[in-house]
Amino acid sequence: MIDFLQIIVSGIAVGSSYALMGLAMVIIYKTTEVPNFVQGEMALISVFLAFMIINSYGAPVYVAFPCALAFAAVLGGFLEFAVLRRAKEPNILSLIVITMGLEMVLMGIVSWKFGADAKTMPFPISPYDSVALGEIFISGLELLTMLTALVLMIAIFLFYRFSKLGVAMKATQQNKVAARLMGIRTNRINLLTWGMSSVVGCVAGLLISPVVMDPYMMWDPMLKGFTAAVVGGMTSLPGSVVGAYIVGVIEHLFGAYVSIEFKSVVAFAIIVLVLCIKPSGLFTRHYVKKV
Amino acid sequence: MDMKRNYYEDVQLFRSGVVVFWFVLFMAALAVFPLVAKNYYVYVVNYICINIIVVLGLNILVGYTGQISLGHAGFFAIGAYGTIILMTKAHLPFIIALPLGGLVAAVFGFLVGIPALRLEGPYLAIATLGFGLTVTQVIGRTDFFGGRQGLHAPPLTIGPWHLNTDKEFYYLLITLTVLLTLAARNLIKTKVGRAFIAIRDADIAAETMGVNLVFYKTLAFAVSAFYAGVGGGLYAFVLRFIEPEVFNLFMSVMFLAMVVVGGLGSIMGSIAGATLLAWLDLQLRNIVAIPYLGEWLETFSKTYMTLTGMSNIQFIVFGLIMVLIMVFEPLGIFGMWIRTKIYWKTWPF
Repeated sequence: MIDFLQIIVSGIAVGSSYALMGLAMVIIYKTTEVPNFVQGEMALISVFLAFMIINSYGAPVYVAFPCALAFAAVLGGFLEFAVLRRAKEPNILSLIVITMGLEMVLMGIVSWKFGADAKTMPFPISPYDSVALGEIFISGLELLTMLTALVLMIAIFLFYRFSKLGVAMKATQQNKVAARLMGIRTNRINLLTWGMSSVVGCVAGLLISPVVMDPYMMWDPMLKGFTAAVVGGMTSLPGSVVGAYIVGVIEHLFGAYVSIEFKSVVAFAIIVLVLCIKPSGLFTRHYVKKV
Repeated sequence: MDMKRNYYEDVQLFRSGVVVFWFVLFMAALAVFPLVAKNYYVYVVNYICINIIVVLGLNILVGYTGQISLGHAGFFAIGAYGTIILMTKAHLPFIIALPLGGLVAAVFGFLVGIPALRLEGPYLAIATLGFGLTVTQVIGRTDFFGGRQGLHAPPLTIGPWHLNTDKEFYYLLITLTVLLTLAARNLIKTKVGRAFIAIRDADIAAETMGVNLVFYKTLAFAVSAFYAGVGGGLYAFVLRFIEPEVFNLFMSVMFLAMVVVGGLGSIMGSIAGATLLAWLDLQLRNIVAIPYLGEWLETFSKTYMTLTGMSNIQFIVFGLIMVLIMVFEPLGIFGMWIRTKIYWKTWPF
């Protein structure tokens, strides 16, 4: 029983970092309808920037991390402004190709600059010190990830509910033309959405970096985050979080009881099953196209 | 621009005698090419041919039927492993194993096509992506498929011929490429192709016109997977050795990039896109060898970047090509060609 609980808790801890990536993708997809494959690499380049600031200039972590977050915001906004906005009448396929292309550019730059070998991020909390909660052990980093994810989720919820900008974002999601007629600059909203989502992604990246840090570190979290977002329904923020926890927990259960080898593919099997039953994910109504 | 006056003009393979003439001339040039070219260039053309085959199939799915696949490396891998295993374990001759390998891939394409009936957009993208990754993982961890060590291709014989060098293999490959290109063009020009295009433009309208969506969508996946499988089977003999890491997500993205860069929904575009990107891929692999630019990049890497990460320049180049083409010319090379043609047709005016 304790074993089982331990697995569930580890699954939720992993799910938290997927949840952050999933949230970041859903934020963008909801407002701009871009399936954002560049999400992971926006975080990657910011994380490596933090690493560079710490290593080359000897700055402390509490300076480097805010710098990385600020850079992530600027980068997200820049990509929207410079690339995505310029695309002519984009359809889903061209958006996938554009974001995949950006992904390759950013990853190429990072691995050109830093090489492919693994680095260690000087992080204040070690991923290997465990905290005991009753009989369940959980590392300090996992606890931090879970708490950060929770806080960010609540913050995003409050932001969408109560701030003027958040309401404007929701209006843009629901009806772009009407929002523009109401005096909302939808272009600017898109730009800010990208910035915000990039920051959320960067938080996820920073929380992953103490465990693994090389130019490919964001691949797996990004794909799992995307999977989680799709399981939850791509346009539902709580859906993506629940989806992420489902993916994390099932992955760990599968790894513990069935086969550790195929642990990382089971997420994609889940997704195909879920999509067969509910083609638009668990938490959204299936949109039927009318003629 | 090209007016069709009756049905037969619409379905014919070559538009005019002039096209036939150039086609024959081009075939003759391809036939004498290995006699005059160096071995390396023959290898380059072989590599390009394989990409052309896969991209033709992917274009049938993406460009003509309007579906999305980020998992074509999976079908490619199934074709490669299927062909080799049928030859080594079932002792079938190559000439039977290759189409069988393609058919195995087509069966998987059909299976992927079934859930794809209900999915679209990002949902379809992530489902096919998951399929591609799953195939690689399963192959890499099953001893039957050689596991992480990979498999060696057996010696290749067709009837009395032994095809062991690049030049000998070239003739087989170029024949198959031309045949498959003509087959793809023919498919698009017949009833099936028109059904595909109708599904792409408006699937509900197509359904009301009597196009069986279930049949044609799964057929598109199966045909596309068959092309990828045949391409994979041939690729195994170009590399002579296959391992699961080759068939990664990057490969799927590259196939998609070739389709998009060449031009969606165009046979000529597929050939152009595959040729350009496959050639660039081979060139950029040893970037230091490029005259002038290579040396400059080397010193630049030493000063500002790392020398070990220099091979990643190819990712930057590919990424930039994909982004720029999509932003400035969404119809790809084919779109540029059409525009140039229209411009020069009425030139002084």
